[in-house]
Amino acid sequence: MPDTAALVSEATPSVKDALALGLTAPEYELICELHGRAPNVLELAMYSLMWSEHCAYKHSRKLLRTLPTEGEHVVVGPGENAGAVDVGGGLACAFKVESHNHPSAVEPFQGAATGVGGILRDIFALGARPIAVLDSLRFGEPSSARTRYLLDGAVSGIAHYGNSIGVPTVGGEVYFEEPYEHNCLINVMALGLAPAERLVSSAAAGAGNALVLFGASTGRDGIGGASVLASAELGEEEGDGAGKRPTVQVGDPFEEKKLLECSLELLARELLLSLQDLGAAGLTSSTSEMASKGGVGIDLDISAVPLREADMEPFEIMVSESQERMLCVVAPENVEEVLECCEKWEVGGAVIGSVTGGSLIRVRRDGDLLGELPVRALVDECPLYDLEPAPPSAPLYAPARATLAGSCTPREALLALLASPNLCSRRPLFERYDAIVQGRTLRRPEAADAAVLRLPDGGALAASIDCNGRRVAADPYTGTVAAVLECAANLACAGAQPLGTTNNLNFGNPEKAHIAWQLTEAVRGLGDACRALYAPIVGGNVSLYNEGAGGPIYPTPVIGMVGRLPDARRAGRLGFARAGDRIALVGPFAPSLAASELSKLRGEPLPDRLPSIDLEAVIAAQAAVREGVRTGTLASAHDVAEGGLAVALAECCLAGAIGAEVELEGGEEELFGEGAGGFIVSGAADALDQLALRVRVRPLGTVGGEAFTVSTADGRTLLSAGLAELSGAHATLAALFA
Amino acid sequence: MKFGVLQFPGSCDDADALTAARLVGDAELLWHRDRDLRGCEAIIVPGGFSYGDYLRAGAIARFSPVMESVIEFAHEGGLVLGICNGFQVLCEAQLLPGALLGNANRRFTFRQVRLELVNADTPFTRACAGRDHLSIPAKHASGRYYADERTLERLEAEGQVVLRYARGENFNGSLRDIAGVCSERGNVFGLMPHPEHAVDELLGGSSDGLCILRSMREALEGALA
Amino acid sequence: MLIRPKAGILDPQGVAVERALPALGFDGVSRVHIGRLVELDVPDAAQLAPMCEKLLANPLVEDYEIELLPDPGTGDDAAPAAGSSSA
Repeated sequence: MPDTAALVSEATPSVKDALALGLTAPEYELICELHGRAPNVLELAMYSLMWSEHCAYKHSRKLLRTLPTEGEHVVVGPGENAGAVDVGGGLACAFKVESHNHPSAVEPFQGAATGVGGILRDIFALGARPIAVLDSLRFGEPSSARTRYLLDGAVSGIAHYGNSIGVPTVGGEVYFEEPYEHNCLINVMALGLAPAERLVSSAAAGAGNALVLFGASTGRDGIGGASVLASAELGEEEGDGAGKRPTVQVGDPFEEKKLLECSLELLARELLLSLQDLGAAGLTSSTSEMASKGGVGIDLDISAVPLREADMEPFEIMVSESQERMLCVVAPENVEEVLECCEKWEVGGAVIGSVTGGSLIRVRRDGDLLGELPVRALVDECPLYDLEPAPPSAPLYAPARATLAGSCTPREALLALLASPNLCSRRPLFERYDAIVQGRTLRRPEAADAAVLRLPDGGALAASIDCNGRRVAADPYTGTVAAVLECAANLACAGAQPLGTTNNLNFGNPEKAHIAWQLTEAVRGLGDACRALYAPIVGGNVSLYNEGAGGPIYPTPVIGMVGRLPDARRAGRLGFARAGDRIALVGPFAPSLAASELSKLRGEPLPDRLPSIDLEAVIAAQAAVREGVRTGTLASAHDVAEGGLAVALAECCLAGAIGAEVELEGGEEELFGEGAGGFIVSGAADALDQLALRVRVRPLGTVGGEAFTVSTADGRTLLSAGLAELSGAHATLAALFA
Repeated sequence: MKFGVLQFPGSCDDADALTAARLVGDAELLWHRDRDLRGCEAIIVPGGFSYGDYLRAGAIARFSPVMESVIEFAHEGGLVLGICNGFQVLCEAQLLPGALLGNANRRFTFRQVRLELVNADTPFTRACAGRDHLSIPAKHASGRYYADERTLERLEAEGQVVLRYARGENFNGSLRDIAGVCSERGNVFGLMPHPEHAVDELLGGSSDGLCILRSMREALEGALA
Repeated sequence: MLIRPKAGILDPQGVAVERALPALGFDGVSRVHIGRLVELDVPDAAQLAPMCEKLLANPLVEDYEIELLPDPGTGDDAAPAAGSSSA
C-alpha cells in the first residue's frame, strides 16, 4: 500500500478519532489492516461513512439475504439504484421506498423534501422517468404540538418537492402512535417508467473512460458527524464551525427537474455508459459503489469539482451530501456532447476523474495524491454482524391513552373510530399534493384502495404502501405477513396482480436482543408472504436505531407493492355506486379485537400475539376479488382493514356519498374486529352470484338511502348514522390544520 | 391547425398540454430559448413551476426569447392560452391585467372545481356554449387573482371575466371569484384551473376542458374561412 | 432592496405570523407584513430602480425600497437612497 501519509500535512488520526466518527475499535484495526497502514484524515472519513450502518447495512445484510428476490417479472433486482419489474408493452416499472427519518426529526420540511429528492434520483439514475410518489408517515399522537409541527412540515416538504418537480403524489398513509413521538418516520416510495432496454446500470466500466459530475454545485451540506475531522482553525471556533457545516440539507426541486430532464436526454441519446446518483456519503459512496460493481478503480481530481464554497477541505468535498447531483461514466469521445447537454438544461457539468484498470480509489487535488483506498476494503470488506435475537421478557410498549369508555354503543364506537387520528380522512393532507400531473392518474386518493396509473398499452399500474406498526409490535412475524397481504389486497381491489415488492425496515437498535428478534421475525414474515404471493423483493432500505430515552418505535416494516391490471377502464373503486346494489363480505375473514383500533382507543395493552393467518385462503380470496373487479361487474371493492367491518362499510358509504342497510349478528368482534382476508364488494345480484362460484360470499345488505344502518336478523338496530354525521366524524384532521 | 406549447426550465404540465392539444389539432413544444414560433397558429403557455417560481411565479419566464415572440404574436391578434403558471407568466408580461398572489389559505391546493362559464362568446369558450358550468381540476399555491377596483369594474363591464369559481369553490381567495380572464381584444386568455387535465373522462370523470381547445380551433378555422 | 406587499392587499403570510406571535408571549404586535430582501453588487446605482420596476418587484402589487450600502472595497460611504414605486 503506497504511503500517502507523508503527502497530507495533517496528523494521522488515531483510534480516538475513529471512535468519534462512529467506528468501533475492532473496526478501526481491521481498516488499518486492509488499508496497509493507518488511514489519513481523508481516508478515515471515507471509511467511517462507507462502514456506517447506513451505507454498509452491517446488522441487516445477512438477514436480507434470506428474502426472495427472483421472479418472472423481475428485470432489475436488489443492488442497483432501484428495482424494476416488467409491466408489459416493452416497458419496465422501476420502484423503491426509502426513508429520511432522522433528518426529518430535525427539520421536517427539508428532511421530507430531500427524502423525495433522493428517491426520485434513484429512479432516474436507473434510467426511468419518475411517474408517481407515495408517502408513508408516522408521528406521535396529534395532541402533541410537536406532532402537528412535524406532520405539517413533512407534508409541506413532500408537496413542495413533488409538486415542483412535476411528479404526482398519488397515495400514502399516516399513523399516529405514541412510540413515534420522538422518532418520526418519513418513508417515500417512487415509481418510474422506462423502455426495458433503456435501463442503465451503475457499474463503472472501461479504463480510460471519463467520470462526469453533473447537477448542483458541492457545498457543506450534511457533513455533520464527520466535522470532528475539521482542521484545527475551524474546529476551534465552535460557533463558526457549526454555522459553516449545516447538518440540514436543503433541497431544490427546480434544480432536480433540470437534472432529471438532462439525465433522461443523455440516456436517450446513448451518451452514458453508467449512471449513479449522489446520496448519503456523497462522492465517497457513489464512486466506491460504481467502482465495486464494475470491478474497476477510479481516479478523482477534486479540484475539478464545482464548489459552492471556496475553501472546502478534501474530506468535506468527498463526504458532502449536497443534493441534486449525479455521476456518470462517459466514453472520452462523448464528453463534449454530454457537457453541451448539461449546458442546454442549465445544470453544471464537469469531468472530475476517470475509470482505471486497478482496484483503487485515488483522490487527487491539483495533482497531489491525497488519498488512496482499495475499493474492496471500502465496499465489500466491512464486517457484517450476526444479530442475537431473543423475544422481549416484558412488554416493550405502554398501552395508548384511552380515549373511549370501556362500554359504549356500537354507534358511539363507530363514530369514535371514524374520527380517530388513524382512521379519519386524510383529505386535508393529500389536497396539498398534485396527484394528476403527467396525465396518468386513473384513481386519485380516496377513490380506490390503491393508486392506479394508466399505461400506454391500455393497461394500468397499481401501487400501494402499507404497514400497521402496532400490529407488528404485537406479533412481528404475523404482523409483517399481514402488512404484505394488506398491500396485495389493496392491489386486488383495484384489479391488479402484484408484480414485485419493496420494503423499508424501520426498527430500533438491533444490538438489543429484543429489537434483533423483531427484525428477524419481521424479515421471516416478509419473506414467507412475498414468496406465497410471487411478489419478490426488488429493492429496499433499512433504517435502524430509531429509538431514544422513551424507548423504541414500533417495529415498522413498510411495504410497497406494484401490480398491473390489463384494462385501465376496469380499475376498481372503493365507494358504493348505486342504490339497489347488493353488498357482500367476501373471503375467509376471521375478525379479532386483538391489537385492533378499537382496542387502542380503549387503552388496552397489546396482546402477545395475533391470530395466525391462513395464507392460502387469503391469497385465493384476493385472486377472486381481483378477477371480479376485472370483469367490470362489481361496482366497488374495498379491503377490510383498521376499524374492521363497520368502518369499512362506512368508508364505502362516504366514498360513494350514499347510504347502506346491512344485517349482521352483532357483537363488537364482528363489527370492529380486524384480520386479513376480508373484502366488501357491491354490485348487481348476479355479479355477486358469479363471485360466489370462486370464493365464500356472505350477503350483507343493500346500497341506498342517506344513512348507514346495521340491524340484526330479527330487526333490532345495532347502529345507525346519517351520511352527514359520518362525514363530520371523518373530518377530524381538518380541525387540526385550520 | 398547429398549437405551440412553450417549454421553460421547470414547466411540468407542458407534456399534458401537448397531449390534450393533439386531441384537437397538431401540436409541438417550443423551447424557451428559441424565438421561432414555427408556424404555430395558437400558443399555449403551460402550467408548472417555471424557474422554480423563484422571485415570483412567472417573473423570470416572461423575459425568455420565446416570450418575446409570443408577445408580438399576441399584439398582432394571435391566440394565446395561459394555464396556471402560464396565466401567471401572461400577467407578468402584461398581456393580461392583474396579478396572481399566494392562495389565501397559504397552501398549495388540488381540487376538482366547478367553474361558472361567464362569457361563452370568446375564441376560447364558443365551443362550450350550451353549458353554464365546467368541472376542471385546479392545483396551485398562487392562484389568488388580484386587480384594483377600477380594473375589476372594467373587466366585468367589458366581458373580460370569462370564468368564475362557482359558489363555495373559491379556495384561493380570488377577488370576485375570478378564475379566468381574457384581454381587451379577447385573443389572450388565462385561467388557473387546468383544462388539459379534463380532456378524458377516464382520468377524473370530466372532459369539460376539451371545449376550450376546440373553441380555439374553431376560432382559427372561422378566421380562415 | 426591500420588497413589500402594497398596503391594502391581503397578506396571508403576515396575518398568520401576526396571529402566531401572541401565543409565544409577544402581545400587542400589529401590521405584520412579509416581503423579500434582495442584495446585490451593482456597478451603477442608477440601474437599481429600473431593475426593481422591471423584474425584482411587481409594481402592480408590490412597493420597493432601495438602500445603498457602503462599498466594501473602498470603504466609501455612499449616501443611502430610498425609492418606491408610487401606488
